[in-house]
Amino acid sequence: MTSQDAVTAQNVVKSFGQGKVAVRALDDVSLSIRKGEFFTLLGPSGCGKTTLLRLIAGFEMPSGGTILLDGQDVTTLPPNRRPVNTVFQSYALFPHLTVRENVGFALKMQGRDRAEVEDRTNRMLALVKMEELADRATAQLSGGQQQRVALARALAPQPKVLLLDEPLSALDLKLRKEMQVELKRLQKETGITFVFVTHDQEEALTMSDRIGVMSAGRLQQVATPREIYTAPINRFVAGFIGETNFLPVTKGADGARLGCGAEVTALGEGPVLTVRPEQVGVVATDQPGAIAATVDTLIYFGTDMHVHLRLSDGAALVARLPLPPGGDPGIAAGDGVGVAFAPGAARLIGD
Amino acid sequence: MSRPEDTLRRRSDRNGWLLSAPALALLVFAASGPLMIVLVYSFLEKGQYGNVIWEFSLDGWVGILFSRDIFDGTLNLADAHMTIFWRSVKLSLLTTLITFTLGFPTAWFIATRPPAQRALWLFLMTIPFWTNLLIRTFAIGEILRTEGLINTALLKTGLIAAPIQMLYNEGAVLVGMAYVYLPLMVLPLFAAIERFDMRLLEAAYDLYASRMQVLRHVILPIVKPGIVAGSILVFVPSLGAYVTPRILGGGKNMMIGNFIELQFGQGRNWPLGAALSMTLLVIVTVALLFYVRAINRSGSGGGSHG
Ligand SMILES: Nc1ncnc2c1ncn2[C@@H]1O[C@H](COP(=O)(O)OP(=O)(O)O)[C@@H](O)[C@H]1O
Ligand SMILES: [Mg+2]
Repeated sequence: MTSQDAVTAQNVVKSFGQGKVAVRALDDVSLSIRKGEFFTLLGPSGCGKTTLLRLIAGFEMPSGGTILLDGQDVTTLPPNRRPVNTVFQSYALFPHLTVRENVGFALKMQGRDRAEVEDRTNRMLALVKMEELADRATAQLSGGQQQRVALARALAPQPKVLLLDEPLSALDLKLRKEMQVELKRLQKETGITFVFVTHDQEEALTMSDRIGVMSAGRLQQVATPREIYTAPINRFVAGFIGETNFLPVTKGADGARLGCGAEVTALGEGPVLTVRPEQVGVVATDQPGAIAATVDTLIYFGTDMHVHLRLSDGAALVARLPLPPGGDPGIAAGDGVGVAFAPGAARLIGD
Repeated sequence: MSRPEDTLRRRSDRNGWLLSAPALALLVFAASGPLMIVLVYSFLEKGQYGNVIWEFSLDGWVGILFSRDIFDGTLNLADAHMTIFWRSVKLSLLTTLITFTLGFPTAWFIATRPPAQRALWLFLMTIPFWTNLLIRTFAIGEILRTEGLINTALLKTGLIAAPIQMLYNEGAVLVGMAYVYLPLMVLPLFAAIERFDMRLLEAAYDLYASRMQVLRHVILPIVKPGIVAGSILVFVPSLGAYVTPRILGGGKNMMIGNFIELQFGQGRNWPLGAALSMTLLVIVTVALLFYVRAINRSGSGGGSHG
């Protein structure tokens, strides 16, 4: 609630419908988004990302809880009185207005004088590199161009927070990569707090200062991309971001005891051990601490290969290894090998 | 020099014209045939018992604006005619305005129902068409007349001491025309609003527009084609209305339609009737041109600096 935070959600609940058919889209979400950060809400479809964004924008009122912008309670303010703008997934450009008129729309609605509207509109058009197409109708633009106009339109009134609901999902891969860079640049240049929604974990990892991972209406973890990847808090987060191995464990003498009886040291606490495939090493069977395993299959991915392993209790484990320069992996299906986890890479998490 | 694709295109163009020729011929004949007859009649001399005498005369056209003094034969501006023209235009504009004011919220309501319900609402809108216009108009008269529904109710509840004269005035004509033409306004408005992308409302609202600004800067400009179509569909038949002013307006509140009928009936002045018909056509055309011009001017650029 300090004024360091651009957006604060406190115990926000949102239900749609009544009685038996009620859907709880958001379940006790508390969250602080810092000023000037690129914050991403990440989660599978239907987990409540859009709903949270719409509550921040003011299109919906929460069923419970409070929403603060810049330390001020805006829970019941309508969208046109919140210093927040949205880039819609469908862009929602005004079809009867030109590019320039779309970009200047908010300023005009705010009653700014004509010179200011013109000046700011021109600067926004330059910011998104759309000066040349300023007098086009929006229907004559490509998807990527419409995207830029939607961005300029939402940035023109200099909102405290910019909300972006899966803005890149309609673009093809190449354009998407370009726009990811572009969005980062715009955020840096304007210094505006971005709240970005996506279901694409790679997008979230590459773009964000911090990520909030959501599932089934609940906020699971809020952390930097690095933390989210290396120290996921639970099975959902670990599984949703990147590939990983899960092994059930029990408490051992000095560490976690795997199903096969081997003991490993792992950070954290919980009934499940998680370790990323690239942190799993295939070693000689007699190396100290090595866990005995059998090679099931080898799958090649260009420069890498995935080694599917089976521990003595039948638990499955995947290791990702760089292919040796000669191309010969040195192991084959059916081989007995040893498995070792990189130091600090194995973590215990909640289920 | 002649590429195969050109030959093909020419051939299919020619076939297209040939195929539509009968329809086009029928259209041209049906549209212009009767009109030509009316045009010719307007330049003939009136017969004594109606009908026309085949001799060129401008009397019909002169009679639109002037009347000849019975005694000395001088021409005077015909105030009565001017009143009728003015009343027709005024009532038609008012009818358009009223049907728009009532029709817009109605169309909006229907277009924002779940798709399955829309058909039902549209169906309900068409129910009045099941009954003959004449009968519906008489029914309105029944509601408005001195011993009618409204007056009886008001008298019974003691709100008034004596019945109010609501029938046989311009107000009654207006009520009748607004009632009759309302569906013609609602249907094109509905079609336009149904195509309106409701997400634009949120976008506008998000960009600091108030409710009135959303209406003025987003909704109205985008559904404009529907407004234009509805207004034309209401204004044009209103201008030529005959049944409604005749029944609800009584003899004293004639509109152009009644005036024309009078010339072909009791007035026995076919050339004047024909000239009046042509005048009506001209008024409609000019009004439409004006309207479309005004709309286009307030159009395209209007959203930004208007
Ligand atoms: N207007 C609404 N009425 C009823 N249910 C809704 C509405 N909006 C969202 N929901 C439900 O709330 C849940 C979360 O939806 P949403 O926030 O759109 O998820 P996401 O954006 O993460 O895909 C879903 O189960 C969805 O069906
Ligand atoms: Mg969504």
